[in-house]
Amino acid sequence: MSATFLGMPGDFPKNAARAVQDSQLRYNLRKATHTIRGKRAAVVDELPDWRELRAAGKAIKDETLRHLDRYLVQLEEAVTRAGGHVHWARDAAEANRVVAGLVKATGETEVVKVKSMATQEIGLNEALAAEGITAYETDLAELIVQLGDDFPSHILVPAIHRNRAEIREIFLDRMGDAPPGLTDEPAALAEAARLHLRERFLRSKVAVSGANFMIAETGTLVVLESEGNGRMCLTLPETLISVVGIEKLLPTWRDLEVFLQLLPRSSTGERMNPYTSTWTGSAEGQDFHLVLLDNGRTDVLADEVGRQALRCIRCSACLNVCPVYERAGGHAYGSVYPGPIGAILTPQLRGMSSELDASLPYASSLCGACYDVCPVAIDIPEVLVDLRAKAPHGAAERAGMRVAGWILDDQTRLAKAQRAAGRLRRLVPRRLPGPLSAWTDTRDLPEIPEESFRDWWEREG
Amino acid sequence: MSTRHSGAREEILGRIRRAVEGAPEVEIPRGYRTTTDVADLVELFAERVRDYRAVVHVLPAAAVPAKVAELVAGRRMIVPAGLPAAWAAPAPDVDPRSADGVLTTCAVAIAETGTIVLDTGPGQGTREQTLIPDYHLCVVGAGQVVGGVPEAVARLDPARSLTWISGPSATSDIELNRVEGVHGPRTLEVIIST
Repeated sequence: MSATFLGMPGDFPKNAARAVQDSQLRYNLRKATHTIRGKRAAVVDELPDWRELRAAGKAIKDETLRHLDRYLVQLEEAVTRAGGHVHWARDAAEANRVVAGLVKATGETEVVKVKSMATQEIGLNEALAAEGITAYETDLAELIVQLGDDFPSHILVPAIHRNRAEIREIFLDRMGDAPPGLTDEPAALAEAARLHLRERFLRSKVAVSGANFMIAETGTLVVLESEGNGRMCLTLPETLISVVGIEKLLPTWRDLEVFLQLLPRSSTGERMNPYTSTWTGSAEGQDFHLVLLDNGRTDVLADEVGRQALRCIRCSACLNVCPVYERAGGHAYGSVYPGPIGAILTPQLRGMSSELDASLPYASSLCGACYDVCPVAIDIPEVLVDLRAKAPHGAAERAGMRVAGWILDDQTRLAKAQRAAGRLRRLVPRRLPGPLSAWTDTRDLPEIPEESFRDWWEREG
Repeated sequence: MSTRHSGAREEILGRIRRAVEGAPEVEIPRGYRTTTDVADLVELFAERVRDYRAVVHVLPAAAVPAKVAELVAGRRMIVPAGLPAAWAAPAPDVDPRSADGVLTTCAVAIAETGTIVLDTGPGQGTREQTLIPDYHLCVVGAGQVVGGVPEAVARLDPARSLTWISGPSATSDIELNRVEGVHGPRTLEVIIST
């Protein structure tokens, strides 16, 4: 996984502390998360068999992961048979190299892009720029983020941290062809984006996409979207390059009957998203390339507890119910994957060597709301707790725990320690010094009794 | 260029095999509905399409040609081959970039979700033809409407390129305000022929 977002050097608590000072951000986030949350609940309640769909979705993904090697080979054969080309990439650098090579082979220096988490994860736009290729984001929110030189803050609505006035400013400053009288009405802003991108769609020769699902049995790729920019990118250009994580697979065509119900209702809170495109190999003569991306996923797969994160279908329902995300916002997570799912996915994909990544498993109150809404039943709290145990702990904490373990392990040692503490109890300060003060800033130290219960029992009993 | 047999492929497959070795096998419970118990499919479909702010007409088959004629009057329409001659004269070669609209039928329609699925078959045009023009008029036969998503998936051929359409193109990217019409057709009008 590519490096942490620039400008986000701190750990999660520091980033979050900064974010909660921003009242505009908190207002936007609250409005967004509560609105989508309500819509989701309504359309999920409408289905009498949601529980069964969720159980099937979970099991289909687990079955896929159990035999991922077999299904990937089956997919490769099906895509190749249908006239497509399949490439494999171990990491971000390899995937970027493959894509850049494919674009260069077409002789083009511009590509249009459909919103894709995988290409953000590998930093594709930056890698292409270094090779002299300009990537244009075409999803409205991604366009706002790209023009504003900014980072996405939500999986579904990446520019949710921007209000309409800010978006108008960005368009007027950066879009070039923004109409001078542009107002901040959402309809006017959307119209400006439509006109801005129209010609680009019609003349672009190469498109880059991700995919929501790939069907092993048939070699079919599936993209769900709302605006039609996806259809433009998938249909019009002569060359289509799709970069997809290896876990995005489903074994059979029939499995779509489950996921085309789970995903739209969980994600945008609609019965169905406006547009879903499916294609198999080279459609209507298009030159089609599929880049299968590992980039840490096989490491996640090797972890018995953590591998369930690979069931994720990127719906973002967990973000919208999370009390921590609602206040801290997406940027605090320092990754393209924010919110509860990001707190378990990022540290597993990137490892926990940085201060930020090691702090992510703590970006949760373990309330469990994320697990309840997850359409593929990822037990996020379980993975968080498991990652907390694996996260590096400070030298003082480790030493303290070792001493505590040594004392608690033996009743003679415990009794001696308790008597010593009873004698010295007047000397213990109300607040602890140095780094330990973080603990007593928000808590009172327990009062140490003069005599331990064991000693009292021995004397009186 | 193909990296099919590159080291990356073997390495990734090897990592996967090592990672899942000894993991338990999985049974897939399919206890969800695969058929839908809906009294009036046409009525439900019409209601759900209207929820997306698309315009819906429910008409007896005999009244469809006159309605189509009324709606396409004054518009430069793409009329792909394969539509009933009574609806409109074929005009499959109109340039999508200068067309005002496109007239199609569909492969299947889903009542519960208000979805129309195009598979580029007869009377459905190419993917480009149903994307570029600003107006899409779709005539759905009552017999094409199924209850739920599973019934639709079973009827569709994965080898064809499919476009599932649920209302006009839309975005909620600006302060979560829904705006209809970004890049796809801004107006979707549906005639259900009973």
